Amino acid sequence: MLNSNIPSGPIEQKWTKHKFESKLINPANKRKYKIIVVGSGLAGGSAASTLAELGYQVSCFCYQDSPRRAHSIAAQGGINAAKNYRNDGDSVQRLFYDTVKGGDFRSREANVYRLAEVSNAIIDQATAQGVPFAREYGGLLDNRSFGGAQVSRTFYARGQTGQQLLIGVYQSLAKEISRGGVTMHSRTEMLDLVTVDGHAKGIVVRDMVTGEISSHAADAVILATGGYGNAFFLSTNAMGCNVMAAFRAHKRGACFANPCYTQIHPTCIPVSGEYQSKLTLMSESLRNDGRIWVPKNAADCGKKPSDIPEEDRDYYLERKYPAFGNLAPRDIASRAAKEACDDGRGIGPSGLGVYLDFRDPIARLGEDTIRARYGNLFQMYEKITGENPYTSPMRIYPAVHYTMGGLWVDYNLMSNLPGLHVLGEANFSDHGANRLGASALMQGLADGYFVIPATIAPYLASQTPGSVTTDAPEFKKVEEEVRERVGQLIDITGSRTVDSFHRELGHLLWDKCGMARDKAGLKEALKLIPKIREQFWKDVRIPGSGNNVNAELEKAGRVADFLEFAELLCHDAHDREESCGGHFRSEHQFTDKSPEVKAGKTQPGEAKRNDEKFSYVAAWEFKGVGKKPKLHKEALKYEAVKQAIRSYA
Amino acid sequence: MSALSCCNNSAPFRFWNSSIGKKIIVALTGIILVGYLAGHLVGNLLIFQGEHAFNEYAHFLQTMLHGYGVWIARIVLLGTLVLHVVATIQLTLANRIARNIQYQCPDTVTATVSSRMMIWSGSTILAFIVFHILHYTVRVSPTLAELGENNPHAMVITGFSNVLVSLFYIVAISLLCSHLSHGVGSIFQTLGLRSHKTALAIDLLSRAYALAIWLGFISIPVAIMVFGFGK
Amino acid sequence: MANLNLTLKVWRQLNADDHGRIETYEAKNIPNEASFLEMLDIVNERILVDGGEPIHFDHDCREGICGMCSLTINGIPHGKDKGVTVCQLHMRSFKDGDTIWIEPFRSRVFPILRDLMVDRTAFDRIIEAGGYIDIRTGAAQDANNLPVEKDKAEAAFEAAACIGCAACVAACKNSSAMLFVSAKAAHLNYLPQGAPEKQKRTLAMVRQMDAEGFGNCTNQYECEAVCPKEISADNIAKLNRDYVISSAKEAVG
Repeated sequence: MLNSNIPSGPIEQKWTKHKFESKLINPANKRKYKIIVVGSGLAGGSAASTLAELGYQVSCFCYQDSPRRAHSIAAQGGINAAKNYRNDGDSVQRLFYDTVKGGDFRSREANVYRLAEVSNAIIDQATAQGVPFAREYGGLLDNRSFGGAQVSRTFYARGQTGQQLLIGVYQSLAKEISRGGVTMHSRTEMLDLVTVDGHAKGIVVRDMVTGEISSHAADAVILATGGYGNAFFLSTNAMGCNVMAAFRAHKRGACFANPCYTQIHPTCIPVSGEYQSKLTLMSESLRNDGRIWVPKNAADCGKKPSDIPEEDRDYYLERKYPAFGNLAPRDIASRAAKEACDDGRGIGPSGLGVYLDFRDPIARLGEDTIRARYGNLFQMYEKITGENPYTSPMRIYPAVHYTMGGLWVDYNLMSNLPGLHVLGEANFSDHGANRLGASALMQGLADGYFVIPATIAPYLASQTPGSVTTDAPEFKKVEEEVRERVGQLIDITGSRTVDSFHRELGHLLWDKCGMARDKAGLKEALKLIPKIREQFWKDVRIPGSGNNVNAELEKAGRVADFLEFAELLCHDAHDREESCGGHFRSEHQFTDKSPEVKAGKTQPGEAKRNDEKFSYVAAWEFKGVGKKPKLHKEALKYEAVKQAIRSYA
Repeated sequence: MSALSCCNNSAPFRFWNSSIGKKIIVALTGIILVGYLAGHLVGNLLIFQGEHAFNEYAHFLQTMLHGYGVWIARIVLLGTLVLHVVATIQLTLANRIARNIQYQCPDTVTATVSSRMMIWSGSTILAFIVFHILHYTVRVSPTLAELGENNPHAMVITGFSNVLVSLFYIVAISLLCSHLSHGVGSIFQTLGLRSHKTALAIDLLSRAYALAIWLGFISIPVAIMVFGFGK
Repeated sequence: MANLNLTLKVWRQLNADDHGRIETYEAKNIPNEASFLEMLDIVNERILVDGGEPIHFDHDCREGICGMCSLTINGIPHGKDKGVTVCQLHMRSFKDGDTIWIEPFRSRVFPILRDLMVDRTAFDRIIEAGGYIDIRTGAAQDANNLPVEKDKAEAAFEAAACIGCAACVAACKNSSAMLFVSAKAAHLNYLPQGAPEKQKRTLAMVRQMDAEGFGNCTNQYECEAVCPKEISADNIAKLNRDYVISSAKEAVG
């Protein structure tokens, strides 16, 4: 069922060879093809504008009021590329290797190599668009090092790299909108996917202002709708981020791959109360200079940090991972923070926090240098917490940030549903079990600017343009189902708010399927989720009508899908009897007794993979609400790199 | 139709009809008016030099360039004033339309009171200018008309001996001061000559100029009314 | 860690055709550390439980970067704290017993969609008119082939920090969009990459801004004062300059 369509040949030649062997579409014919792009972030926006430049008719949809607001905008730290401008030994090969290793050897080699290969062109493209990357006095681009890498390959625009890259994408999209190549539908939410003869041929959407439900047909559909981190209620995602588009596609037959790979970002501002609506990330670029510590003795946790002498501080990342220190990959840094807090040494009012301290770098480099590097991040921290990080250390704690899992796609970024292509965070392909810092922007833009424009052609070439219109009975049927569902939600008129269900689900997932998971907990979650879902459909309260702006209705549709999706997430986490990257199963970790620990290859408490049994992509097929999905395995073959114990010691 | 669209697309028309273009006109005419005020004030202050100097000056104005000078100046100033007034009224009307519903609980962070009453200070000044011209240039009063022909110095003293005239004059000049305190600095910004580095200096210059103009002009009626100058 | 009791005066309006009005809500027991939008979440939760319809407002990232949130608080867009969006404004900036007026971003160009949500698509149309560099994907040269002076790059960045929230328009006594348009134009006009289209871009963006019906700048700097990204009004001076030069070039060239 799953054919990854990885081209044959040596890894360095696969992409070139594949492009050469793929069918092309004559320029005069391109305008006859319609393509729907859902999502206008880095992946969707860049795909929409580039496909329109090529001559296709593109319709782009986003739920925000403007495509410029997609959540790619919030990425702070940077974007990787193998330019080797620093002459520090970087190369496409090294970026490829780092990404595969960072992903704990659970990503698809060929995709990752291609990602590294096109990374340089992204920087060129963005610079030509006017993205104001940081520069040195000589006028050339500056780089910094970033979590999980020993070279300085990260390009950045202060703490706003995501916003600057997204503005580049948005401006390029604006150019195509004004030229007529892209028709933009903002404040429009995709509520379902329409398949005709097994091919994705359109979507049903709701106009979030008028409530009108309508169908849109195309020759191919592209989903670039981001990740599912908001299943946990609290995450660093925007409030509107949701799994609906991807999950609807899943329910229509697309396999969902590796949902259990969820990334917990180590440097977020700790939770302060039950009313909290989201978590704010502090860029991990802070870890370049900041030092992470907790008191050595639990008794010191209540003290002012400045009153704790040097010898009573435990710089646990530097202690455990001397080579990488505070720059250890995200999953490792997050788990280490959790361990410290579980050990009773967490700081702050909740005890769920660790210090990120700039005392030493300020002493070494001066406050001005630190201000120039991180000024806006410090300011942001101060605005949120009311504390001054120049004088007292920041308090941070891990939070759900990015989801590596997503809809299964082949090398062409097409799902198992022909015609349905999936880009960016919404697909599963490039980051394996864990994503390295500054790689999300790279992947989104690689997919949209350089991959999909080449890989969509083979599919389109097999289709007669315009062969399906919204007059097809399939559209009427799906539209009817969507209307029914909206009506059903409004008619419940129960007593509880949508948020209360979302919060309940989020707490459960964080407890049972968060930073650490175990079999018993997952089993329990799998029992409890259907109960919450049942309660939701009985007792949720959505006031107002569907013919207006109705925020509760929008949220309810998304939460209803999270309530089904959460089960899939837990099934995947339950089935994957190993620890890898963002999926840590407490049963599967190295202990003092493990031979690998004795041989000095790793430390106790590290994630223990099981390559023999689990070197595969778990792609789940929907079998009905509340029913266990069917597992399809895509075996992961490593030809260019050797699977090894991932050690950052 | 084609003639009109040709006209609509002409460069000066487009410039005038654009928000920035019209503001540039306001700024450029503003420069002329600000400059004129300085010249006018210097001339007026000659009154303190005595009757002879002042009347000499008045005579010079009337006769320069064989008597054409004063008319050239009047036409230029009138044209400038008309452009300034028409442009600002149009801009203000557009501004009112753009904010069709006001805030129920309005607040202001940094805009000065002067900047917010430009249209009112401006229209009062306009009314004053009309009065001032009728008063001292056209001389609708037969007494002043007679004095004006022979002894402009005496005409000014007599004119300002009227309490109502002097009060209106003082009010108008005070509003002119307010108008200038925002207007002079605005010229720099509108012409693209202000930056955060020069902002403070421009702001000070603007206020200092407005104050100088106020003190200078006010000094004459105050001297006459309060200190009995020239009587 | 004290909790606050507040009175809210909130603009309610069902849709663009409805006549809006101010309604009063009691916000009791609001935690100090909550953000302003979390305070509204709490109030909405109670309105919902009491069977009412929640107060609608735009919001998304809640970390001050997406530009979606758009509330005028006590007459000041994003509230009185400097350099923050309303999602980053925290309740510790208020006192127990305060009355807080919450109104939408007001401008004729931004019709109200519901309650505090407005339609800001005029900004998108201004960018579509010319706020971009016309480069095809794949056509770029190596990024380091074109050095950019550091201070130019910094100036471009400072302008590009604009998040398009429209607080400038909401704060301006004239509903002028000059700070937004000037920042967007300056971002590209400062850079050598943007130079070939500078004249075309400047004229097109200003003309679109005028066509949308925004008011005119009267140099009061309210925009700069409320801008959550502290975009400088120097950009407006630059746009004025660039516009005059571009108009002159267009007229004679």
